[in-house]
Amino acid sequence: MALTIAYFAWVRERMGIAGEMVDLPDDIADVGALVAWLGARDARGAAAFAEPQRIRAAIDGVMMGPDAPLSGAREVALFPPVTGG
Amino acid sequence: MIRVLVQVEAIDILAEFDLHDAGGHGASASFIGRVRGDDDLRELFLEHHPVMTEAGLADLAHAASDRWRLSALTLIHRIGGMAPGETIVFVLASSPHRAEALAATEFLIDRLKTDVMLWKRETFADGRVQWVEPRDGDHGRAERWDA
Repeated sequence: MALTIAYFAWVRERMGIAGEMVDLPDDIADVGALVAWLGARDARGAAAFAEPQRIRAAIDGVMMGPDAPLSGAREVALFPPVTGG
Repeated sequence: MIRVLVQVEAIDILAEFDLHDAGGHGASASFIGRVRGDDDLRELFLEHHPVMTEAGLADLAHAASDRWRLSALTLIHRIGGMAPGETIVFVLASSPHRAEALAATEFLIDRLKTDVMLWKRETFADGRVQWVEPRDGDHGRAERWDA
């Protein structure tokens, strides 16, 4: 499945890119599996996703938890806990 | 009247108050969040999402407007780099009555810390750069409004 991923804040810095298009293996079904897959893919992914509990996600503009399914998703944003205000 | 802005430019607070003054509302409550100068901080940078940051602020503004009787509501958040003392966020809620204006203001400032896509990065005088971590109490304060 083709998926666009966008990265923000220190996740973006550690990945070294603001986003990418990936061709996802069929067995990557939810946000948690995507984070684990990226974390195991290369050294940058390992640096960005070493602590999955610190990663938040949004699917097509809606904040979602790690169990959220990826089926039908066009863009997933991955980022640290927000700190506005 | 709901006014939500995400902007690089400094927030002209007096101009925003003028807009509410002109509305003849019975009560207005406001909150101003500024960059603290702790630990020789030189710059605070706010990273944002090109779409979701403003959408998240608009969602919160509409949630406040649904929950309390507000005659006017302004919610402005800056993005980009700013210096100690500059305003980061401005909330101004007007209502016929003070309780609703005060509650809406507190709701908005609590919830925008946990619900809106914004990230703070600090640069210090010695060159150190670090991303801000959420405070332990932030989620507790935001969840008080769940109902």
